[in-house]
Order: sequence, then C-alpha cells, then structure tokens
Amino acid sequence: MSGIAFPAPDADILARRDAIVAGLAELLPPEALIVSEDERRAFETDALTAYRRMPLAVALPSTTEEVAAVMRFCNAQGVKVVPRGAGTSLSGGAIPQEDAVVLGVAKMNRVLDVDFADRTMRVQAGITNLAISQAVAYEGFFYAPDPSSQLACTIAGNIGMNSGGAHCLKYGVTTNNILGVRMVLLDGSVVDIGSDALDAPGYDLLGLVIGSEGQLGVVTEATVRILRAAEGARPVLFGFETSEQAGAAVAAIVAAGIVPVAMEFMDKPAIEICEAFAHAGYPLDVGALLIIEVEGSDAEMDVALARIVEIARAHEVKTIRESKSAMETAAIWKGRKSAFGATGRVADYICMDGTIPTGQLPLVLRRMDEIVKSYGLRVANVFHAGDGNLHPLIMYNVNDPEEARKAEEAGNDILKLCVEVGGCLTGEHGVGIEKRDLMRHQFTQDDLEQQMRVRAVFDRNWLLNPAKVFPLDGRLAA
Amino acid sequence: MSDAAALAPAGALTPADETELAEAVASARAARAPLTVAGAGSKAGIGRPAQSARTLSTAALTGVTLYEPAEMVIGARAGTPLAVVEATLAERGQMLTFEPMDWRPLLGTTGEPTVGGTAAANVSGPRRIAAGACRDSLIGVRMVNGFGHIVKSGGRVMKNVTGLDLVKLAAGSWGTLGVFSEVIFKVLPAPAQVATLVLHGLDDARAVAALAAGLGSPFEVSGAAHLPASIERVPKTLLRLENVPESIAYRAGELRKLLRPFGSADLVTDDAAKAVWRAVRDATFVVEPRERAVWRVSIAPGKAASFVAALGGLPRQHFYDWGGGLVWLTTDAAGDAGASAIRAALAGTGGHATLARAPAELRAAVDVFQPLPEAMMRLTAGVKASFDPDAILNPGRMYAGV
Repeated sequence: MSGIAFPAPDADILARRDAIVAGLAELLPPEALIVSEDERRAFETDALTAYRRMPLAVALPSTTEEVAAVMRFCNAQGVKVVPRGAGTSLSGGAIPQEDAVVLGVAKMNRVLDVDFADRTMRVQAGITNLAISQAVAYEGFFYAPDPSSQLACTIAGNIGMNSGGAHCLKYGVTTNNILGVRMVLLDGSVVDIGSDALDAPGYDLLGLVIGSEGQLGVVTEATVRILRAAEGARPVLFGFETSEQAGAAVAAIVAAGIVPVAMEFMDKPAIEICEAFAHAGYPLDVGALLIIEVEGSDAEMDVALARIVEIARAHEVKTIRESKSAMETAAIWKGRKSAFGATGRVADYICMDGTIPTGQLPLVLRRMDEIVKSYGLRVANVFHAGDGNLHPLIMYNVNDPEEARKAEEAGNDILKLCVEVGGCLTGEHGVGIEKRDLMRHQFTQDDLEQQMRVRAVFDRNWLLNPAKVFPLDGRLAA
Repeated sequence: MSDAAALAPAGALTPADETELAEAVASARAARAPLTVAGAGSKAGIGRPAQSARTLSTAALTGVTLYEPAEMVIGARAGTPLAVVEATLAERGQMLTFEPMDWRPLLGTTGEPTVGGTAAANVSGPRRIAAGACRDSLIGVRMVNGFGHIVKSGGRVMKNVTGLDLVKLAAGSWGTLGVFSEVIFKVLPAPAQVATLVLHGLDDARAVAALAAGLGSPFEVSGAAHLPASIERVPKTLLRLENVPESIAYRAGELRKLLRPFGSADLVTDDAAKAVWRAVRDATFVVEPRERAVWRVSIAPGKAASFVAALGGLPRQHFYDWGGGLVWLTTDAAGDAGASAIRAALAGTGGHATLARAPAELRAAVDVFQPLPEAMMRLTAGVKASFDPDAILNPGRMYAGV
C-alpha cells in the first residue's frame, strides 16, 4: 500500500547517522542499542504491516534514567523519537521513519509493587497487558481492559492508544483504569502524573496523556487499578437470521436495564472464518452471532441469562447455546478472540475500528456491505455491540497493488460513514498513520489546532512520533 | 430575559446560543477583560477569589440535546439544570453513574447546579470507587476556548480515541480552559435495589481495613464510607450494594460472612440506605458548624487513617468516603486553617488537599488547590496558555497565573 505519505526524511539527520549512533552508544549498554540493518528490520513496522520504514537506530533501555538520557540526547540533537511498546498497533502508531530513533520500553517489564488492600499495582511500562492480570490472579484479581492482543501488547502501548477490549462495557477502557504514570518528557525530565490516589490536583494531565499516541512523552511506569474478579463469568451464544435482529436484541437488552459484561457481534463471513479456525462450535446456518457474557455467582448468572434469553427469544433467535462448563466458555471466546488471526489465514486484511451510535447499526451494516462490494472486495465484521465499536476486516491480496489501494479506499469510506452517522474514526486502535488523513472528516481546523497547541506544550518541534495523528498539511509551525 | 437566564448570577452575560457564547468570549478577549465563568453560580465559593470585569453564565443554554436510552447516552446544553437531566434519565430507569455531589448544603449557596458546572468541577460522589468520576462518564464536550473558538472533543459514542482527549483536560478545569456549551455523558440503568451494611464501633484504621475487605470482594460494593466518633457517637462503617433484589440478598449474606472479623453488620435497605449515601455524597456531616473550614483530601485508602492521625492535635472533625480514599476534614478557619499541617502530613503520600470551604480572605491567602511540583506547574501553565493565552477565562481560580 502506498496511500499514506510519510514526511521526507531529514537529510541532515541521515548524514549525521554515525555520530548520532555513537552518541547513543555512550548512553546505553551495548545490548540496548540496535544498529545493524538486519536487527533494525524487526522494528520497521508494527501490526499495520503494509507500511514500513527502517529506523535510524533502535534503543531498548532498561531504566527510566536510560530513557531520559536518550530523550535528552535526541532532543538536543533534533532527532525524532518513535516510542514503541510491543509493536502491535493496528493503526501504525509504532511505525518509525528513516530519520527517527525507535525508543522501545519492552525490556522494562517488571511488577514493582502490588497493593491488594488498595487495589492498585505499580508496573514498569513494558509489561504485557496479560502479565499484569497474571501477576495478581493468585488472589483473584485482574486488570480489566483486555485488548485482543493482550498476550503481546504492553501497558505502555495501551496507555498510548487508550486501548479497550471486549469487556469495557462494564469495566471501561484504559483511561478509566490507570491512576498514575511516570513519564519522561522530551527534554529528559521525569514527571509523575497522578499517584495511587483516585484523583490528582490540577488539570487531568493523566487523562490527556492516555491516548496521546506517544506524542507527549515516554511512559516508563504506571500505577493501574486492579479489580477482584467476579465469582464466575458465563457467556451465552445466540445465532440470528439477520444482523438487524441481532442489533435489535442488543438494544432491547440494554433498554431492559441489563448491562452484560460483554456483548460481541460477528456477521456471517466472520462466523465462517472463525469457526474454520477455532472449531468453537459456532452455528453456520445463521446470519449473525452474538456472544453475551454475564458475571456473578451461579445463581445470579442463571437469573441474568434467563432474562437475556427471554429477550433474545422475543427477537426470533435461531440458536441458543449457554455455556455449561469452563471448556465451553473458553471455546466460545476462542472463536471471537482469534477473529483477526483466523482472518489472516484466509486473506490479507485491514482491520478498521470506527465507532457508531448503536442505533445506526442496521444502516451502517447495509451501507458497509455496499461500499465493500462496490470495490469488488469482501468484508467480515466483528465488533463490540454494546458500545458500537466496529471492526470490519476488509480482505484483499497484499501482492496486488490495485486491490490494496481499493481496500484502503473502502476502509476510508467506511470510517467516513461512521463519522457521518454520529460516530468516530477510531474506538480503541488509535489514529496512528492509518486514520491521520481522515481527521478533517471528524474535526474542524479549530478543533485540530487546539489539540496541536496542547501537543506543542510537550513537543514544540514535532520530534515525538511526528508523522502520526495530525494531517501533515495545516500543522502548526514550531 | 428568559426564565433560564434568570437563574444566572446577577448581572451576568447570558448568551442564548453557542455562537453568542463564542462572541462574548471573543469580545472579552479583544478588550482584555477577564470573565468569571459560571453556570448558576452554585459552586462560586470554591477556588481562589479572582477579580473579573464580568460574569459569563451558560444558564441560558438549556435543553437536553440527545437522549438515547438504548445507547446509554445523554447530551445537554451546558446550562441545563443537573436536576432536569437526572429526572429525564429517571423516567427511563437510568442514571448518571458518577452520582454528582450537591455542593449547595456545604457551601450554603443557592442556584440550580448545571450540567456544565458539574463537568467543569468534575463533581462526583460515593460511586466513584466503582463507576468512576464525572470525567469517566463525560464522553463528549463542545466548548469555547479563550480565543473565542468553538472546539469539540469526544462525541456521543462511548468508545472514542480519536485525537487528544481534551474532554479529560476540560473536566475539572473549573472553567479556566473553556466554557462548555454542551456536554455528553454515558449513563447506566439505575439499580433495582439499594442496600447498606453497617458495622459499628471501629476505629479509623480497622474501618478502612473493613472497607478494603468489602471492596476487594467479588460483590461489587458501590459505596464504602466511615463515620468516626467525631461524627457518630458510635462510629459507623458503611458498605453499599446496588443490584437486583436476588443478588442483594445473596451478596449481603456473603459480605456479612466476609466482614465477621469486624463485627456483626446491620442491613439497611431502600430509602434509609439511599438517605445515608446522599449524606455521604453531600458531606452533610461536616456542614455544621458553618464557620469551620472544610478540606477535601484525596489519598490512597491504606494511607488515610495514618494521615489523619499525623495531624496530631489539630482540632478537627472528619469522615471517609471512597473506601478511605476521600477524607472530608473540618478545621478552625483561623490562621491558615491547618493548610501547612495538612499538606505536611500529605507529603510523600501521593495524596492532595483542596480547601473546599473557607471565607474569601482565607482562600486568597492559602493555596486552595494543592500546589504542584515545578515541572507539573510548567505543563499546567502551558496547557492554560494553549487554550486561553490572554487569561480571559476564570484567571487565577485554580492557581496564580493559570
């Protein structure tokens, strides 16, 4: 693909590469600096693999002090910095550029402190999302936001993108589950934003930093909220003839005052792809599938599920499968959680991430189908039905430039549609480079300039992850 | 003057729509004439007293702009009374999850709190420990910044990470970054039943431990407060459950077992249970005597009791909300009202103190909001300048120069 432009590399920086690398080598132990082309190649893209750029060098520090030293040096030298967690961004948030140093925090992956009484935990920012939950599981606790990539993605990346997951209907997204961060600013100074208390004095800079896509600083530590897990969780799987029926059932459940912990939707292509991969026992004779999960004691879940099943029946549900065991629960979720990987076995795809008002669901599904067909492509839909966060997977052949261009255009049309019906470009993946050039569909120049002025408080010279989020034209000058 | 505008503080500018609001700010900027930003002025007594040429009120910007119960979202113009939004939601069995405090009893003010003021002050309540603060429910805003530009951030969908999250910055900025014209909240169904377990006679540290045990259980405790001996003759420790009746019966039983080491718990339900949480929410216990200063301290629960103990001989009344993480504290309004003692006791704890109620002279002399470390103050001033470079909007209300 080639639809998204990168700024031309700064020739002066490229010419000074040897000196810059030598300067970094003085700040870091040898194993923390990656210079050779072969080794740098592992960092030239993230999960938006259609785009790649070879970075100038890669720094993988082990301490906040090393991060600060690299930032101070790059700032002084005018060298761009692209922060990186595990490189699982679907929006290209961690894709570097030729004149930039990648600053990865993945080596900083330790748990620093757990306080079960106060239900908080301090971790280094390179720890994976799942490792946080695993570290406290022995006491029945967990960290709530659960992006599909939770096995690999870091809390640093989650903070950068304000990641969500399947269970945020009940538990919120990253910004609702972080109490504080230690962050290195571009000039190398270290600030503690927030703490282990529930709120902080002054402006909510923590809320600003979360979701700022590595443009304001590099987070090296985080204080996260941990929660005691419910006594049990049980999903029920519903098959409906049509997406409209499934959508109406979701609306009716919410209107009845029930907020399940998760409500996941899959359309027919997604069901087929996931079933072929995961053998989850999904019905293949339905047009739409809902996975609805409730939590509590067995008796409580019986009550909640009975009410939900009753509503589904009123919406002509065709298949009902209540999980009767932990194995069945795992199988039901395995299909959904492997949706991206399973689709990847069938075709190359781009994964979109718009959010829509859930009431617009039938219209959007119909229009989306028309859009994709008009480009001669196929789409599979998985999404978080409770909150309207869509993940259409547009399938194409990566080796066919024309088809790749069409896939990208179809994706753009879908995101514009999301904005048109009252939604937004990205619900949980971030803008990155992927949605950067669509920002004007959602925001006015006044909106963007206010954001850019705030950005400039932290990085006046566009050195931190500079090719992302804001359209390259119309940027505020340094 | 419209009825709505009549709710504005006397003499205030009351633009009738967002365009007029933007014009009012732009002309104040052109004249370099700072504005006091208000809704109905019910929280006017919080913050550093500041001198402004005029008051700009959003009281005439009223009306629910969006309510989709099935999408669990409500939007309203900034001057809409909070009570109107809450009543609109109640008709469909829903609620604002953050349980906004009513500051009027504590401050002795009148006026009808607005949704814009609620967002600007990040007004929250006891359910914060379970459901978050106002800032967690606020999903979209439209506002006028100090340039007089209309700026939006967020929107009407509950998952939205498009661009920098200016919603969070604006929430709790006390009108110093922008004047809201519209706010949008995500909402939830109201619980079918409310119940409260009450433990008796615990000292502060034991009470916080009991609250932690409840909050660390799988039973979704949605309120956790402690009223010590200075408030109740026999201290009371309160844990709230909100759910369907079947769940409440089961969970109250399980919680009682869990809390047995702390004594036997009484169960209070429905209206009585709701009344006590309204009192916790509005800090009713420290309203009298009116001449006392009131502090609001936020701290990790496990450090709360030792923080209070560290205040030593400072004459005070206090109680705890948020499982111990919120301490309401009264002090003598003389001298610095205990500011230096309180902030010294907070040093190194990660906690902070806000002078929530005090006479204007005291608020002029004492830092109302916790002073920030130098690096954070620099960022704060930078953010302020990025929204309001000429310091037109509520200048100095939070910090000098901001």
